[in-house]
Amino acid sequence: MKMRMLAILVLSLLGTMSRADVVIQEVTSPGGINAWLVEEHSIPFTAIEIHFAGGSSLDLPGKRGATNLMVGLLEEGSGEMTAQDFQREREALAASFTFDSYADGVTVSAKFLTENREAATALLRQALVAPRFDQDAIDRVRGQVESILASDARNPNRIAGATFYSAAFGDHPYGSDDKGTTETLAGLTQDDIFVAYRNALVRSRAVVSAVGDITPEELGVLIDQLLSGLPTEGPDLPQDVAFGVGGGVTVVPFDTPQSVALFGHAGPKRDDPDFFAAYVLNTILGGNGLQSILMEEVREKRGLTYGVYSYLVPKDHAEMWIGSVASANDKMAETMDVILDNWARVATVGVSQEELDAAKTYLTGEYPLRFDGNEQIAGIMSGMQAEGLPIDYVVHRNDYINAVTLDDVMRVAQTWLNPEALRFVVVGQPVGVTSTD
Amino acid sequence: MLRKFALALALTAAPVAAQEVSTFTLGNGMDVVVIEDHRAPVVVHMVWYRRGSADEPVGQSGVAHFLEHLLFKATDTMASGQLSEVVAANGGSDNAFTSYDYTAYFQRVAADRLPLMMQMEADRMRNLKLTQEDIETERQVILEERNQRTENDPNALAREQMMAAQYMNHRYGVPVIGWKHEMEQLSYDDALSFYHLNYSPNNAVLVVAGDVTPGDVHKLAMEYYGPIPMEPALPERLRSEEPPQTAARRLTYVDPRVSQPYLSRSYLAPERDSGAQEKAAALVYLAQMLGGSPFSSVLGVKLQFDTQTAVYSAAGYNGQSLDDTTFALTVVPVPGVTLSEAEAAMDAAIADFMARDIDTDQMERIRTQLRASEIYARDNVEGLANRYGAALAQGLTVQDVQEWPQILETVTPAQIKEVAAEVLDPKRSVTMWVVAAEEDAK
Repeated sequence: MKMRMLAILVLSLLGTMSRADVVIQEVTSPGGINAWLVEEHSIPFTAIEIHFAGGSSLDLPGKRGATNLMVGLLEEGSGEMTAQDFQREREALAASFTFDSYADGVTVSAKFLTENREAATALLRQALVAPRFDQDAIDRVRGQVESILASDARNPNRIAGATFYSAAFGDHPYGSDDKGTTETLAGLTQDDIFVAYRNALVRSRAVVSAVGDITPEELGVLIDQLLSGLPTEGPDLPQDVAFGVGGGVTVVPFDTPQSVALFGHAGPKRDDPDFFAAYVLNTILGGNGLQSILMEEVREKRGLTYGVYSYLVPKDHAEMWIGSVASANDKMAETMDVILDNWARVATVGVSQEELDAAKTYLTGEYPLRFDGNEQIAGIMSGMQAEGLPIDYVVHRNDYINAVTLDDVMRVAQTWLNPEALRFVVVGQPVGVTSTD
Repeated sequence: MLRKFALALALTAAPVAAQEVSTFTLGNGMDVVVIEDHRAPVVVHMVWYRRGSADEPVGQSGVAHFLEHLLFKATDTMASGQLSEVVAANGGSDNAFTSYDYTAYFQRVAADRLPLMMQMEADRMRNLKLTQEDIETERQVILEERNQRTENDPNALAREQMMAAQYMNHRYGVPVIGWKHEMEQLSYDDALSFYHLNYSPNNAVLVVAGDVTPGDVHKLAMEYYGPIPMEPALPERLRSEEPPQTAARRLTYVDPRVSQPYLSRSYLAPERDSGAQEKAAALVYLAQMLGGSPFSSVLGVKLQFDTQTAVYSAAGYNGQSLDDTTFALTVVPVPGVTLSEAEAAMDAAIADFMARDIDTDQMERIRTQLRASEIYARDNVEGLANRYGAALAQGLTVQDVQEWPQILETVTPAQIKEVAAEVLDPKRSVTMWVVAAEEDAK
């Protein structure tokens, strides 16, 4: 087993309290799987995150929803155990396993007590390498997904998301709901589920993070036990796709008192040299709760909303700069005007040195505070691994933030923020707002 | 092979068995709880006021929550919004929340910024300076918040109706955020009089959790909160009690935005009382046994596995409440099964549960999970801070909180049966059907 140890000065900003520094070790299992570990022996449990790149975007043509359904079935029986046998065993061990998928990955989160580590590992291995996908389980979980689809169809936030992403990404997997449609769901067979399983749980695409009461040696063995036997090769990942809808407004009529809006345009890639400048700018614009420009203008000054936010969304194959807001039907028009005005103002004049300094202080001060629990740290590391960031990223991350200058922010604002390109999708009965196309 | 990139040698502290919890009271009556967790140099600083929506004057529903929003406005020495700006400028985050029994304010920040947090929190306990414009604008914000949380969500609207029917006389029947027509009338005077009456050290609990010592917290609390005089006119916390509930209530909520018909049933249920938490502990097991895991609970097995009656079923109980709480059941039938059929199946499953001995295997699995959840809970110091803050605002003591795991550990099958017979009483229940159209209510 190879191990690299990296002691991380994440807390150096906080003065003298170095005793709580977080040490991330890089562990390569005997079987060659890469993992990051933070040992924390003061509480007798371990949290593990496994990330498989690919995710629901690997759904085959006509099989939309297969990966999502497959992941929902991993806890529904494996080896010799039915769904109920499996869950009773898990409950008896007081272990928690969460299987999830999103467009770019499948995630497995596990948590178990040290005293039950061997039994919990064996049970989780069984779910990962020997799922049964029994027909009765498929039908039951399919019914649950259909129920969620029905609920989404009458949820204004979900309707806004579906409309927005469909307009932006069309036939690319990013353009459709990864739960599928009632039609594609109905057509999924047990074979389709097995195919989705083999395509998505690929060992060479797995990265592992662990935090807790476990040594590097123990973790190496555990990882191989969990993942050996999974396929080593998977299908090609999806192609990149451009944000494909121009500026304008799409109104989706829905009878509800408060209109919900999603808005956005293209954004920078995660590895763009200006990404950190964009990240800081977004914090100032709409990322930082009550302190943001949008919140100040829309909520604090005018009382038009409870919340307005903006986000940078760098996915694996497309990038967006988006925002969300909700306002009473008779106030949405004014809300959109205020957002557009401020988007335009920042695009033109940027932000002040004071705003930049405040955002940098907040971001660099807040970062180390995130590392305050085993599960949080495992989640942070897994996110870094999924984004392809190096293990020493946490050491340098605040330097990247601190290096952002007013010129950088101005350049990013002028390059990326474009009110003309903003597409609003509004769901509700917004007074004085009409579709532009 | 072991390569070291850098050295900051870490985690030298000896393993600790559990978080240390200390408690003391300042001379002005402010209770203080300190929870030590030295894994990260972070602190959560919270002030809990023992007043929530159920303590509001009649006709002013939502004023507790409205005031919570207004506490982020100006004080004599701070500008509107400045507190949050200062917290952010120190790399921290802050927020607040209101419930039936409490209103709480918190910041999460580097441990060495604790004095600054205390200074600002102590300031706004007494020195709030509101303008009429604050009232007008922020009232629009809370109405939009109600729109977002409630008016736009048929399930939330249905829940309001159900709670109003469950509580015939107690203020838990009024939503925390307030009834819309009363929120629209909330005034400057309403907010300020709730503030002046209730925001005082002898009505507050300070919880500090994280990389701190009780000695340091005591010193800082004395410095910042100690000088605030106690409020001699602090009113008794009077709650109107429920009369005997003697008639089962049934509701049908119709809203075209409902995607699938479902039913909920709630029963009035005892809460955790100081020194007497056994019934509540048994109810925790009862909820898990009836509708915890969909794979092994009574409703899950009978409605989702043995028969294809439900797409979802659950039972819920939260014993942390100042006054009587609820025990709730929910069933979402599969398409093709009517609500009457689903309700009959639910009732039959419960009747069968009552007629049989407790499944001791299931009970032991639940006991194991509850025991483990105490270990997992130690990973989240903010969760622990919430646990103590809420408890102290809801009539429990630190000792009650610390005895709770042991009380859970020792629940017996007989206790579960006994509490089930007492609580699952139709006369004290509300059953609600939630549908998109009248014709689905069958």
